[in-house]
Amino acid sequence: MTAAEWEIITLSLKVSGVAVLLTMPIAFALAWLLARGRFPGKIILDALVHLPLVLPPVVTGWLLLIAFGNNGPVGRWLAQWLGFTFMFSWTGAALAAAIMALPLMVRAMRLSIEAVDPRLEAAARTLGASPWRSFLTITLPLARPGLLAGAVLGFARSIGEFGATITFVSNIPGETQTIPLAIYGALQLPGNEAAVTRLAIIAVALSLGALIISEWLARRSGLGKGGHVL
Amino acid sequence: MSFEIHIERRLGEANIALSLASDGGVTALFGPSGAGKSSVLNMVAGLLRPDKGRIAVDGVLLFDDATGLNLAPEQRRAGYVFQDGRLFPHKRVRDNLLYGWRLVSPESRWMTLDQAIDFLGIAHLLDRWPRSLSGGEAQRVAIGRALLSGPRFLLMDEPLSSLDAARREEILRVIERVRDELKLPILYVSHDQAEVERLASTIVPLHPKA
Repeated sequence: MTAAEWEIITLSLKVSGVAVLLTMPIAFALAWLLARGRFPGKIILDALVHLPLVLPPVVTGWLLLIAFGNNGPVGRWLAQWLGFTFMFSWTGAALAAAIMALPLMVRAMRLSIEAVDPRLEAAARTLGASPWRSFLTITLPLARPGLLAGAVLGFARSIGEFGATITFVSNIPGETQTIPLAIYGALQLPGNEAAVTRLAIIAVALSLGALIISEWLARRSGLGKGGHVL
Repeated sequence: MSFEIHIERRLGEANIALSLASDGGVTALFGPSGAGKSSVLNMVAGLLRPDKGRIAVDGVLLFDDATGLNLAPEQRRAGYVFQDGRLFPHKRVRDNLLYGWRLVSPESRWMTLDQAIDFLGIAHLLDRWPRSLSGGEAQRVAIGRALLSGPRFLLMDEPLSSLDAARREEILRVIERVRDELKLPILYVSHDQAEVERLASTIVPLHPKA
């Protein structure tokens, strides 16, 4: 393993970690709305959340470019007022990874929220719990396996993210070149078979490890049959 | 008056209308399934809002549509024993029992964990998970959890329906002791005539209405 390859791996972990951590609260809020909310336009919100799952990733990347590019409506505002840009930066790779991971995270979280029996929350209310306390002591712990599963699936998806990232923030070593982009780059030139193999093995190990860890955590949570996430 | 309930509520095709006033002891709502008995308990507990009417227990007003008063469930201090127990599956028996006890102000508590354990004979269950309990054990824990939350009155929704004959007798005796020793007003829902006649001092029939 060369120093450059280590850099690629740590960059990938950083991009995916930040993407998942920042997406968690948003994904949870969306999952909650979709699981428990009753409002007009729910089917449209549902479709929009799932869009990155079925849209060609290159289209997602292009849409991000239009919105967050330095001339885009959001990008121009960020640059003008905060002096911040996603362009050609690892933060842009994290944003692309977050968007692509969002549908998987929302799906897993939504299922886990739907699996919590609202009648248990009602029981907690009659025992003196405020809505907020009932949420913290009943809903959240019971939904935890699915929330963890959502986070880990999102992480695995982020590690594998390619199309939207390369379209949005290009393939810059040390900045936006995550594992899949590095493999793609290495495949463009002859003589890189060994490096490609090493990075591919890392990608498989990270993805497999993430899935095994999520299952292990869920089993440890002491919820029996309901604890499985895979 | 312990229970004063005058309510109307439309639920889908059914119309629930009830007017009752009762003194102490066990007040039984008796009727076939689908008559809205559980909905009445939910309205007294604050889980379901009546369309109109008034609910008071022991002189304390819980709901009154004339003044817009509608106390939240956590402010009503109802000890609700559900048909299916509804123990929290992620908490051991001890933490289920103490859930409401920890939330209620100390001066409103009138039973300690040890007293509840003695009263219900559940000392050997404290470290068990709810899913490992039999129906009778779970129902005793559910009653203990309700008593420990320092309730002013009890709501019991067919607490015997999931039990076999031997367990029914055992839980019936527990309920009689709650009635006679703790002197809590109990609003009791059942479709079983013998059960209702044995327990209740007031029986209120409830029929499905179109």
